[in-house]
Amino acid sequence: MESAPLYWRLKRQKYNLIGTRCVTCGESFFPPRSFCPTCRRRGRIEEFQFSGKGEITSYTIIKSAPKGFEQFAPYTVAIIKLDEGALISGQVVQGTPATIGGRVVPVFRKMYEEGKEGIIHYGIKWQVDGTAAEK
Amino acid sequence: MTDVAIVGVGCTKMDEHWTKSLRDLSTEAGALAVKDAGLDGKDIQALYVGNMSSGRFIGQEHLAALAADQAGLIPIPATRCEAACASGSLAFRKACLAIKSGEYDIIMAAGGEKMTDIKGPEAIAALMGAADQEWESAIGLTFTGLYALMARAYMNTYGLTRDELSQVPIKNHFHGLKNPLAQFRFEVTAEQVARSAMIADPLRLLDCSPITDGAAAVILVSDRVADRFKNPIWVKGSGQASGTLALHDRPSLTEIPATQIAAKRAYDQAGVGPQDIEVAEVHDCFSIEEILAYEDLGFAPKGKGKDLLLNKDTWIGGRLPVNTDGGLKLGHPVGATGIKQLIEIVRQLRGDAYNQVKDPRIGLTHNIGGTGATALVHILGKER
Ligand SMILES: [Zn+2]
Repeated sequence: MESAPLYWRLKRQKYNLIGTRCVTCGESFFPPRSFCPTCRRRGRIEEFQFSGKGEITSYTIIKSAPKGFEQFAPYTVAIIKLDEGALISGQVVQGTPATIGGRVVPVFRKMYEEGKEGIIHYGIKWQVDGTAAEK
Repeated sequence: MTDVAIVGVGCTKMDEHWTKSLRDLSTEAGALAVKDAGLDGKDIQALYVGNMSSGRFIGQEHLAALAADQAGLIPIPATRCEAACASGSLAFRKACLAIKSGEYDIIMAAGGEKMTDIKGPEAIAALMGAADQEWESAIGLTFTGLYALMARAYMNTYGLTRDELSQVPIKNHFHGLKNPLAQFRFEVTAEQVARSAMIADPLRLLDCSPITDGAAAVILVSDRVADRFKNPIWVKGSGQASGTLALHDRPSLTEIPATQIAAKRAYDQAGVGPQDIEVAEVHDCFSIEEILAYEDLGFAPKGKGKDLLLNKDTWIGGRLPVNTDGGLKLGHPVGATGIKQLIEIVRQLRGDAYNQVKDPRIGLTHNIGGTGATALVHILGKER
């Protein structure tokens, strides 16, 4: 569960898919890294805008959910290989079922609520490309 | 170089211990280990405690000092070690290194977790503390979900079927029948596994280790004092390696590089290879992980792990029995698990296991934290 300061800190990355890239070796990072694990001190990190388009490498359907997500179960989570190179875990919105190798595009959605009065967390989910997904 | 031996072991029942707190359980395990070694508490010079998340499970931090206090071991140094589900093996390795440094001759390494004081969804969220909080937990992933991602990728790549995967819980439940400390003691069939509740597709309830309370402890000694004890079991190799915290940061979902590296280090130190191992405890937190472990530890070639199950090689009576105490399916109090595994191998090598393999001389334990961001492999031997 994210605290308000953590949620605020990660807002740009989570809303806009802004990651980083190492200019020295060309590797891109999403989630962003501030230090290139390959080049280390010789790496030069800059911001990098991901398109969010990519391909599912594996997926699962979560039936038994952790605290804060119970009301959404069952929901699909996939690992997505972004076209720009990085890999990320993300929810796949309901609609066309996920498949390994399936193309996905990002959509902006509500992630979860911290109770009735708490923060509503938003972020990027993915939907199977070329299909209409539920809101 | 100082050699290290294990001379005493103690373990509580793996259970939902509603009437016992973590301090009761750790004291019980420690007292059993001291008694098994034929020692007195005052002989212990240091304590290392493996625990994943007592802060989230019971609101208690500063656990090592508490454990020393409750066991009447103060003022000896007490240190807590945390590497998620590998915390127990980490405490053991730290104790080995402390003896090798020459600082101590007799140490207790223990592990414990009290997981049933909070509700199920809270426990699932607490366990997710071992994953990437910002990018895995925040999207609703669970540990079953993470291993389900690995299971689906493996099934897709290597053609593993549901019934083949079910051989892991079928074998381990069978092995656990003889273990009086196991949380569950009943056999399961392929049909029961395939019909058990779906937790995170494709993993079902009987693929998962349970939420468990328990503690385990061992006494380690240096070779300088080992001849005072009957039946010392020697630590031949100890390997530890790290991997990316997030599963998605790994190029392959069907192997765990940290296991491979920790295993190589342990094999090299012990001067043995996978073919020399006669009994093993591997980290079967979810069914798929036992098959990955066979391959990452070099017991089977990539993609062929299931053959060890189908040929009954890893069943009791086979050429390399694995998880003879029932493994983690029959209890996974995360901080205690690594120590519990070491105890089973010590018992096998001493010849007093509940489910005894015939005269093994070399055994192995494999314990991982999270999805493999930490891996520890230990090799134990009957001879120094
Ligand atoms: Zn670089």
